[in-house]
Order: sequence, then structure tokens, then C-alpha cells
Amino acid sequence: MTAALAERNLSAFVRHDAEGGGRMELLVTGARCAGCMAKIEKSVAALPDVAATRFNLTTGKLAVTFAGRDGDPVRVIDTLDALGYPATPFDPAQVAQAHDREGRELAIALGVAAFGAGNAMMFTVPAWAGLFGQELEPATRELMYWLSAIVATPCALFAGMPFFRSAWNSLKRRRANMDVPITIGVLLTLIVSFSETLQHGAHAYFDAAVTLLFLLLIGRYMDHKLRARARGAARDLLALQAPVAVRLEADGGERGVPVGEIQVGDAVVVVPGDRIPVNGVIEQGSSDLDNAMITGETAAATVGPGALVHAGALNLSGRLILRVQARSEDSAIAAIARLMEAGAQSRSAYVQLADKAAALYVPVVHTLALLTFAGGWALGLGPREALLRAAAVLIVTCPCALGLAVPAVQIVASGRLFRAGVLVKSGAALERMAEVDHVVFDKTGVLTEGRPRLLDAPAQVVAMAAPLARASRHPLARALAEAAGCGDAATDIVETAGMGVEGLIDGRRARLGRAAFLGVSNRQSSETELWFGFDDDTRIRFAFEDQVRDSAAAAVRDLQALGLTVEVLSGDVAGPVARVARAAGIEHWRSGLTPFEKAAVIDALKASGRKVLMIGDGLNDAAALARAHASMAPGTAVDASQNAADLVYAGGNLSAAALAIRISRAARRRALENFAFSALYNAVAAPAAIFGLVNPFVAAIAMSGSSLVVTLNALRMNLAGGRR
Amino acid sequence: MNIILLLAPFSLLLALMGLVGFWWTFRANQYEDPKGDAARILYDHLEDGPEA
Repeated sequence: MTAALAERNLSAFVRHDAEGGGRMELLVTGARCAGCMAKIEKSVAALPDVAATRFNLTTGKLAVTFAGRDGDPVRVIDTLDALGYPATPFDPAQVAQAHDREGRELAIALGVAAFGAGNAMMFTVPAWAGLFGQELEPATRELMYWLSAIVATPCALFAGMPFFRSAWNSLKRRRANMDVPITIGVLLTLIVSFSETLQHGAHAYFDAAVTLLFLLLIGRYMDHKLRARARGAARDLLALQAPVAVRLEADGGERGVPVGEIQVGDAVVVVPGDRIPVNGVIEQGSSDLDNAMITGETAAATVGPGALVHAGALNLSGRLILRVQARSEDSAIAAIARLMEAGAQSRSAYVQLADKAAALYVPVVHTLALLTFAGGWALGLGPREALLRAAAVLIVTCPCALGLAVPAVQIVASGRLFRAGVLVKSGAALERMAEVDHVVFDKTGVLTEGRPRLLDAPAQVVAMAAPLARASRHPLARALAEAAGCGDAATDIVETAGMGVEGLIDGRRARLGRAAFLGVSNRQSSETELWFGFDDDTRIRFAFEDQVRDSAAAAVRDLQALGLTVEVLSGDVAGPVARVARAAGIEHWRSGLTPFEKAAVIDALKASGRKVLMIGDGLNDAAALARAHASMAPGTAVDASQNAADLVYAGGNLSAAALAIRISRAARRRALENFAFSALYNAVAAPAAIFGLVNPFVAAIAMSGSSLVVTLNALRMNLAGGRR
Repeated sequence: MNIILLLAPFSLLLALMGLVGFWWTFRANQYEDPKGDAARILYDHLEDGPEA
């Protein structure tokens, strides 16, 4: 890839500022140590026109600032490559998007809440002494409460902003989310505490209001971190996938630009070995395309001028010039996009555990508080005491533990999966993953390696054909060259797109390619064979097949041991699908499915009550991925599939599926335990508050104690418990 | 008891310094690259502060 980049003009990846300087960000792989960082910065800074460099060792991103307009991104990439660190430029639009404003706001709010909680507590602890009959003059207690109010009120109002805003937005849409009771709880607590202190009462909860926000913000911040990390990693994957499209300029020059900048009507150049970046019609050139990512077929398709080609196809043999087409003109791809959209909608309708709990919790607690107030007043407590008790109910039952119960578990679980090479896109994805009872595999690229391998052939025959094979980029020829090992390449090479290669081996003319290219009559022509022969000599046939991954059989056994049923859905023809299914130990398989049939099969399974996990990598799987209950895609999958999938796993390691299900089930168990604990706690705390047994000290202990228990239970995920 | 009137504002002032410190480290991008910043001090030719 890097060699191809070097021929290109990458200036579109540099963002210029008003003074004429430019800035570019690159993802650098392989730099892990302090020494690497020093080497990278020193070498890049030494390049002409480079004003400054900054390497972020934590994220692996290098920011380069150019002094003038002449800064050359290609030289930076070449320099890094020479040092042994492959680098990919980021699309400037993505760099701008990466700025994490929400995270900064939450972190600052968390800091302010921590300050407020600690310092309000400092003044509240002496006041608590008075609650248990120790010597404390009412005047001193009141002073302490006022000091506590001075600290806690501004902090609570500032740190509570994220909750207040979300509650307000939710109320505007006439719905109540978890932030509504939080907002009411915090504001009511502050108001009641002020009124109590003004009336020289003993029960003020200033510390509780801000401590509550502090604990909730921890949960909120963890949840945000989880999503931000997943987004960042997904962005890196995409940057590695589709770095540039090469646009043919009006002056005949070629210029590498981010794929997002390509417009309808542009001419795009695709050299052999690259993927087609956008949909288009071939204007010049002919070639073989590997459509495995799009249709799932392993056999290459021959295309020529006028043919419609799809983004994601791999160009195998010839240089192509495409005219870019609008997406909507292509009915098949647009239909897949519509199916995906519908899938995403049905997914957003999925109600998360925490929201289910909130739907139960909000009306119960509010009714309870209202009944306490009304009942207390009616039974002769007086409005002040009744309101105080109602506020106490809201405080002790406030959803601290509930707010932490799920995010704490999910961040620990996704951290474990992240270390195992599985990227979790969201907490909801983990929850859906835990419910799965049926697994559907795609064949090409998931169960198999997605590239052909030579079936057993005599070594001397392979060695004879190898010099020609080494001269071609066709995957079958490459597989042949790989089987032969290192050696000489043939001379006088002529490659005919869609047919084969011809050249001189030790002075003898030889051909390698399709049966027709060698004049062999097409008896049972298979797309996964190559023919080889010297002029006027016997023809030899090489057969290839897409090898099943080593981890496939064990992964399938693992999934079955977890009580899941397994199935293969493939767009390929029946023969290879049956063979792969048998090798992987899968009983049920279906072949020859179009992308729409795949999605329809998933829908039918869904309708019969199954919760389906779809694992696929091609564009033909994207609709099925989006419509399945949960979905996984390998890191090598096309963009659309990675976007549609809930989880993305590194490499081809299929054992990731069973691991992800085990961990998500453990996470679900932990979360339910946490809910059970919260329910138990509320069942004790709420009656205590109703009967006036709760004072500010008890409320503070109960609140932080329950949050601590919930967090510790989540951390158990990291111990042996999560491995079950 | 009067000592409280002195100690309370004083302790608040100390804690506020902590909060302002946190604010400053945050604004100064000191949490962007903890691994790199720890290593920068070891090399003479690298700037050893966080990115501006």
C-alpha cells in the first residue's frame, strides 16, 4: 500500500490555515516505546518545510505542521516507512470530528462535583455529630450548614447541568428519562435544605445533593469513555482501510484525495491491487475484479468498459479509469442501504436494561414520595415535616447505584474484550449480545481466509509454473507463487486482463491463465483453477480453494457448547459452501443467497422468535448485519459492514465470537445482580425514609455505600467470575 | 469557636486551589498523552511539555 501511496499526490490530506501553513494528522502503527517517539519526531522534524511535529504515544497519532504550502506529505510517510512505522493519513473531516467536547464538559463537571462533595462533607461531618446527641450548639450547626450550602449549591448547579439539560430535552418530548427524577431530586433537596436551615432545623442535605451528582457523573463519564474509545478505534480502522482515492484531474495529473471528497462525475484511477473506492462505470481498461466483499463469490469477474463496478471490489489485473456514479442510480446498493436503515431503526427501538429499570423506578418512587407528603400531612405531621420526609424518600432512593449499575459493568466488560482484540461499539450492543441464541456465519472471509490456496500439486510442477506466477498480481497466481516459495520471475511478461500471463522461462515461451487462454477446451470450467503450459507441450491444471480458518471448527464447537445453534448463509455456490460447513462442523447451510435473501432469512428467524447473531464481512452481509439482533464483523470487513456491526474483532480469530458472548452474558448477570441489590436497598431505605428514620448522616452513608457495592460487583468481571 | 471563621475559608481556599489546578491541567491538554509526556523528559531534543 505504501509503495502505491508514494506515487501519489496526497496534498488533499493537508489542511491549510490562513497564514499558508498546513497541518496533517497520521495514524502511525507499530510505535509503542519512548524511543520510537523520539526517533519519529526527530526524523520528521528534520524534513524540509516541516515546522513542528508532535507524536501522541497514547493514541499513536502524529500531527505534522508544515511551514509553507510546499510541505510534502508523501515524504513524511516515506520517512516513517523507512524507520519501520507504516503511516496512514487521516481525512481532515474526521480529524475535526474527533474533537471530544462532551467528554471535556463531563470531566470538568466531574471535577467540580468532586470538589463540592469533598468540601461540603467537611462542613457537614461536624453537623452530623449533633444528630446523635453530642454537644453541638444549634448556632454552630447552623453555621456549618450555611458554609456547606455556600460550597454545595453552586457546585451542584454547575455539575448538574448535563442532567438538567437532558431532563429538559426529554420533558419537551413529553417523555421522562432517568435524568428527570435526578433533576427533581437534586433541586428539591437543595430547596428543602435551604428552607430547613432558615427555620433552624436539624435536617439539611446539601452534601447529599452534590455527592449524588458526583457518583452519577462517574457513571456518566465511564459510559462516555466507552463510546468515545469505540468511536476512536473505529475511525482508526477506517483510516487504515480506505486511505485515498486517486482522482484524474482535468490537466491529466493524478491526485490522491479522501474518498469523501470524490464527487459524482469525477474520474478515478484504480491500479491493480487496490480496492474500488466508489461506485462507478468503467471508462477505460479491463480487469478481473474480486467481488468477494460484495457478493461473497470467490470467483473473479472479468469487466471491461461500460461495466458497473461497486465500491469494495478488489482490482486484480488491469489499470481502470472509472466515472463516478451517484449512489441512488445503483438500485442494488441503494436497496441494501434502505434495508440497513430499517435495521438501524428497529435497533434504536431496543430498550436498554437501565431504561427498563428507569421506566419502573420513576413512577414508583415519585408516587411514593407524593404519598409520603400527602399521607404525612393528612396524618398530622405538619406540612414541613411531611415535605422533609418526602424529600428524604427522593434522596435515599435516588438512582446512584442504578446510574452506576450498568455503565460500571459495561466499561469493565468492554475493557476485557478490547484487550482480547474485540471492539464494542456501545453498551446496548453488549446487552443484545447476551441475549443471542442463534449464530449465522458468512462463509467467505469469515469462516474461510477469503483468499485461495493451492490444492495439492507435485512440487516440481509447481516449481515449473512459479516464475510466471510471480509476475502476476492475480490472487490465484499469488497463491501459486506462495506455494512455490522464493525464486526467479519469468521475463518478457505480457499480462492479458481476464485471461492470464505469458512470458519466457529459461528461453521457453509459456502461458499461465484460464483454460481458454491456453487453448484447452472448456470441459468443466471452474473459476478456481489455473492452467499452465509451455508452447506445444502438455497443459497442466492447478486447482485452488478458499481455505477454512484454523480457528473455525473450535470456535463453532465453543458456540455450540454455549447452547447456541449455528448456521451458514453464503452467496457462493453450493459445493464450496457445503465443504466449508462440513469442515467447520456446521450442519445447516444455505448457498446462493443474494444480499436481500440473506436479510430475509434473518427477518424470518427473528419472526420465529430467535435472537440472531450475524457474523459477516462483505457488503452483501451489511443488510443482514444491520437487521440481526446483534452483529460482528472482522476488522478486514468493508466500511459498510463495520459500521453496521455492533462488535468488530481483530484479525480472523473466530474464537472472539464465543468470548464476546461469554463476557456479555457475564456482564448481563453482573448488571442484574446490581439491579437486584439496588432494589433490595431501596426496599429497606424507602420505608425508613417514610417513617422518618433517615437523617442526613444515614442518607450519606446509604448513598455512597450502595454505589460502592455496585462498583465492586462490576469489578468482579475482571476476576475469575467473568470467565465462566 | 472563632477559629472556625478563619479555618473554614482557609480550607476552602486550599481546596479551591486544587480545583483550579485540575482545571488548568485539563485546559493545558495534560491528559491527552500521559504515556508520551512521561517519556519526553528523557530526551533532550524533545519538548517536554504537553502539546500547546
